Amino acid sequence: MTTEPPVSLGIPEMPPPDYPAEVRARLEADAREVIARYPDSRSALLPLLHLVQAEEGYVSRTGIRFCAQLLELTTAEVTAVSTFYTMYRRKPSGEYQVGVCTNTLCAVMGGDAIFEALQEHLGIGNDETTEDGRVTLQHIECNAACDYAPVVMVNWEFFDNQTPESAKRLVDDLRAGRAAQPTRGAPLCTYQETARMLAGFPDTRTGAVEATGGAGHASLVGLRLAKGETAPGRIVSPREGGIAPGAGGEGEE
Amino acid sequence: MTVAAAINETSPEKVLAPVLSAFWDEPNSWTLETYRRHGGYEGLRKALAMAPDDVIALVKDSGLRGRGGAGFPTGMKWQFIPQGDGKPHYLVVNADESEPGTCKDIPLLFANPHSLLEGIVIACHAIRSNQAFIYLRGEVVPVLRRLHHAVAEAYEAGYLGRNVQGSGFDLELTVHAGAGAYICGEETALLDSLEGRRGQPRLRPPFPAVAGLYACPTVVNNVESIASVPAILTRGKDWFRSMGSEKSPGFTLYSLSGHVANPGQYEGPLGITLRQLLDISGGMRPGHRLKFWTPGGSSTPLLTDEHLDVPLDYEGVGAAGSMLGTKALQCFDETTCVVRAVARWTEFYAHESCGKCTPCREGTYWMVQLLRDIEAGKGRSEDLDKLLDIADNVNGKSFCALGDGAASPIFSSLKYFREEYERHITGQGCPFDPALSTAWAHQPHLEVNA
Ligand SMILES: Cc1cc2nc3c(=O)[nH]c(=O)nc-3n(C[C@H](O)[C@H](O)[C@H](O)COP(=O)(O)O)c2cc1C
Ligand code: SF4
Ligand code: FES
Repeated sequence: MTTEPPVSLGIPEMPPPDYPAEVRARLEADAREVIARYPDSRSALLPLLHLVQAEEGYVSRTGIRFCAQLLELTTAEVTAVSTFYTMYRRKPSGEYQVGVCTNTLCAVMGGDAIFEALQEHLGIGNDETTEDGRVTLQHIECNAACDYAPVVMVNWEFFDNQTPESAKRLVDDLRAGRAAQPTRGAPLCTYQETARMLAGFPDTRTGAVEATGGAGHASLVGLRLAKGETAPGRIVSPREGGIAPGAGGEGEE
Repeated sequence: MTVAAAINETSPEKVLAPVLSAFWDEPNSWTLETYRRHGGYEGLRKALAMAPDDVIALVKDSGLRGRGGAGFPTGMKWQFIPQGDGKPHYLVVNADESEPGTCKDIPLLFANPHSLLEGIVIACHAIRSNQAFIYLRGEVVPVLRRLHHAVAEAYEAGYLGRNVQGSGFDLELTVHAGAGAYICGEETALLDSLEGRRGQPRLRPPFPAVAGLYACPTVVNNVESIASVPAILTRGKDWFRSMGSEKSPGFTLYSLSGHVANPGQYEGPLGITLRQLLDISGGMRPGHRLKFWTPGGSSTPLLTDEHLDVPLDYEGVGAAGSMLGTKALQCFDETTCVVRAVARWTEFYAHESCGKCTPCREGTYWMVQLLRDIEAGKGRSEDLDKLLDIADNVNGKSFCALGDGAASPIFSSLKYFREEYERHITGQGCPFDPALSTAWAHQPHLEVNA
């Protein structure tokens, strides 16, 4: 956990420690690669913040100073940017970030109930981390998956059509170190590994790109209707007695 | 199982027209190999054989309009880019998709990223750009993965990089992941963000076409707009115009969500109606009826069951007092409390307000306070007019369209459901049971089966 310095009156904070030399060398090489992708180096700031988050799991003062040095900005300029965006964590947090969508549509479809159930089940509130350091719980905004509501994201992979029970099982699995498979996305990696992809470094794990197939079931309902593969009669009220919306279900691909 | 009579009159095959989604059901739909098998990069071949201005003219004549919300004619936007100005030109694809309810670009990029990449190469050829960016919201790692993969495939195959397909045209494409901020979907905030700054909107003019990224001429287009271009090249503008209406031609992705029997993506011509979509897709969930819906995300004024026959195109939805927006058809049934829905959207706008201008920054804060009180049964009768008054001070008086969007759900819900707000005040609380609105409300055994 963070050891925040006590409130100081007027005495400026000491500069943060630098990364150990070998970490710094490795990060600098990565950072140069990122910067080269842009006509203007400052454009690399958001990816570089993802990169330092990949190193420490959050954007530390050391990370901010690193970005500032590489881009020839002040630490104030970098801090102003990093605090604007919700994906940059300001304190050490869990290995798995569990985000429950509580924007209107998901909330109404059950996201609120899921979020409440998880708070109670884990004994933590919004933006807090379980004692074992495994799970940080967060409510998140619409994640462009409303046709799979209610949606839960773990390290920004999709866990679609959740219920309070399925979400509790999910966090139990995460805490116990059991594999959890997203509905859409690749087998979970840690938050820090995810942040590295966000910095622009592709996932090199075998099978990661193809995991969970071409499209999710809800993405295909219109196509299947148009191709005459789903008889209109069969698709009326699919929620009775089965969970998979759409005639086929998930196992078809 | 009963099937609504209208299904016999309007078959799904006739109502729908999958183009971008046509092969999403193939096992490896996202690969270059699959894309090519379905005619992929044929449009690019044609475009490279044409003069750039002819490509612009074709897209303009097709009538394609921006799918990011405002419906601005795509060809015209490209035409605004000054030529021979000696400055670099940029194409920036807006893949920030964060408007509540909107969920079309993300499945499109997951299942068929090459349609966007082909569109990008065509667009860059047309506007004479040698550097393009895809600004993808950061919270969708599965899509980022597929984009990284598709871009690598496209470089490998010579669709990107130096001398694209031997044409002498060079194009670099950078995939850029955002970091969580709805406002970065607004095109000028997006440009600031892409320049490594806080995502705050810029004053216009100058418009991005004149001074965009790095103060150079820049086209910002939505994912679906650009991904629609290759099909126009391959099949022609007459084919495109055979769908939709004179002013709103072509095909588009409609996203059905909420209390419907079959939420998901439905691709069809512009101008079909929500009633048609519900009829072919199984309707609302059994035993319930439509109460209110958004035609294009939470920033577009709510409509009700009176509007089921409104043609879903730019003019039709506009005439009904709303906007087509992103065609995010969020459908809520009679179990849903409209005050709760609007309060939650307003919290979203307050959270996402970038803080640059006073009407939006302060107005959204106070609207949240009032709505929370009303929802909790602590509202007073004068609060409703106060809410309208504040919304009026945000709408049209804010620096960017986020403010207008924040006012939309408030104005429209008070227009259609004022009585429901009043019931919260006089009855001192919410008369609805949220448990009845959940996806599992009718499935007591769901947990056992799941
Ligand atoms: C608050 C706000 C958020 C927006 N979010 C998006 C978005 O996520 N994706 C998008 O394409 N357009 C979004 N827009 C619209 C863009 O500003 C811009 O009009 C659009 O990208 C232009 O592309 P088009 O002409 O292809 O539609 C947003 C606008 C506002 C005001
Ligand atoms: S309207 Fe809101 S989001 Fe737009 S500039 Fe003003 S404060 Fe920022
Ligand atoms: S409202 Fe939850 S994903 Fe859109």
